[in-house]
Amino acid sequence: MLCQSCKTKQANTHIKTIVNGELTEMNLCSECAAKMGYGNVFDQFFDIGSLMSGFMGESVGKALAPERRCPNCGITFAQISKGGRVGCAKCYDFFYDRLLPSIKRIHGNTLHTGKRLRKPQLHSGESSSEKTEIPNEISRLSQQLQAAVKNQEFEQAAQLRDKINELKASLGGEQ
Amino acid sequence: MDNKWYETSGKNGEVVISTRIRLARNLEQYPFPIRCNAQVKQEIAEKVKDAVLNSNSVIAPHFSCIDIDNIDAGEKVSLVERHLVSPEFISEKSQKYLLLLDDESVSIMINEEDHIRLQVMREGFDLDKAYEQASRIDTLLDERLNFAFSDTLGYLTQCPTNLGTGMRASVMLHLPALQSTKAMRKISENLSKIGLTIRGSYGEGSEPTAAMYQLSNQISLGISEKTAIDNLKNITKQIIAQELKTREALAKQLSVQDTIYRSEGILKSARLIACDEALKHLSNLRMGITTGLINNISLDTINRLMVEIQPAMLIRQNGKPLSSQERDAVRAELLRNNFQN
Repeated sequence: MLCQSCKTKQANTHIKTIVNGELTEMNLCSECAAKMGYGNVFDQFFDIGSLMSGFMGESVGKALAPERRCPNCGITFAQISKGGRVGCAKCYDFFYDRLLPSIKRIHGNTLHTGKRLRKPQLHSGESSSEKTEIPNEISRLSQQLQAAVKNQEFEQAAQLRDKINELKASLGGEQ
Repeated sequence: MDNKWYETSGKNGEVVISTRIRLARNLEQYPFPIRCNAQVKQEIAEKVKDAVLNSNSVIAPHFSCIDIDNIDAGEKVSLVERHLVSPEFISEKSQKYLLLLDDESVSIMINEEDHIRLQVMREGFDLDKAYEQASRIDTLLDERLNFAFSDTLGYLTQCPTNLGTGMRASVMLHLPALQSTKAMRKISENLSKIGLTIRGSYGEGSEPTAAMYQLSNQISLGISEKTAIDNLKNITKQIIAQELKTREALAKQLSVQDTIYRSEGILKSARLIACDEALKHLSNLRMGITTGLINNISLDTINRLMVEIQPAMLIRQNGKPLSSQERDAVRAELLRNNFQN
């Protein structure tokens, strides 16, 4: 399909918008999309697809039959990379290593630093469960740190190290 | 009843029309919407509705629930025109519901791209208050729904672009002076380097209609809500200062004054006017008001009209379907009535 705006290049960006009171769907090439301010977002979607499939490697993909599916929602990695959409929360665990390069590319970062979910408390005392959660997180992050060092992802390793130190400090402060 | 956010102008209202905070959330035990069938989506919707409407919060009784699959097309479009939902949200039927606070400042979209899209709108430049309110409702929902969350990746979302805080903070800016001096391209290029993005609010061309732009954060992982909001605030302040300085210089030019007064003339006397044309003249008038050239009209009126003259809003107000030409006539009349001295 040709881009609706320039009518010369191949359209690769699909946008839904309201024009004059009606829902309109536009098919644009990435250049025209960029001119209208949709550029950044859609470059990324495009990259997710190409990056993910590139990361997987054609030969590896073919050799591994049958393809692995998320045990929770049944989506394959190929489906995720084609649509730029993840199937469920568990996918982020199951396909973590394969999703990480794209996540890093989108955000320039792979560690959350904002608001944290208040997990339902298993114990009656709020602080006691918090204290068991932090060491859990430290050990999880330590595992990731080892993996990052092994893969020579030093920037991420540094972030993980800082995070671990921060958590250790918060534990020390409480006791 | 309180004024709706689009009926008044707020802090820095000469440039900032409105502030929006949007949080993406998903329920841990269900797949994301692309992997849900209708039955599962319905189950999710019931849970979210129950969590909001039957919570003990003081605002619970002020929410109403709109079943998007069962309202007519015009009503759906008018929700987008009021910036209450995204165009994607109304594009196809599938167990979509909107929980709307009675002053329209809070909307909760169910089964959009994520299970929950919580949105808070405020007039003017008011990011801190908008976030505070969004976060309070988020916490309230979190107590009753189990949100998908990872220690490392934060809130888990269907599209990886929203991971982390799941937050998009944005301000709607009126930038007629920067647009006319062709400064927007350069600004846009610089913004993308610092994790922000700007795009037109209306129209489909590269020069947005009415010089309305939406500035928002692009990155949500590895940056806290506060830092993202502070970045956005700093840049917005710089853009406001630049826009006002440029406006002042432009307003001294006779050709610019002529454009503004002509727009006033057209809005006061036109008998048929299309939406884009009306928006363009309202934009000129807005600039006239803030530079002291136009005195007898308030920014509140302009803000309200920019929403009310939208096609589906006119039909909604009129209570019956209108052809394109009928709309242009009703729109012209609405404008004349507001600008009569």
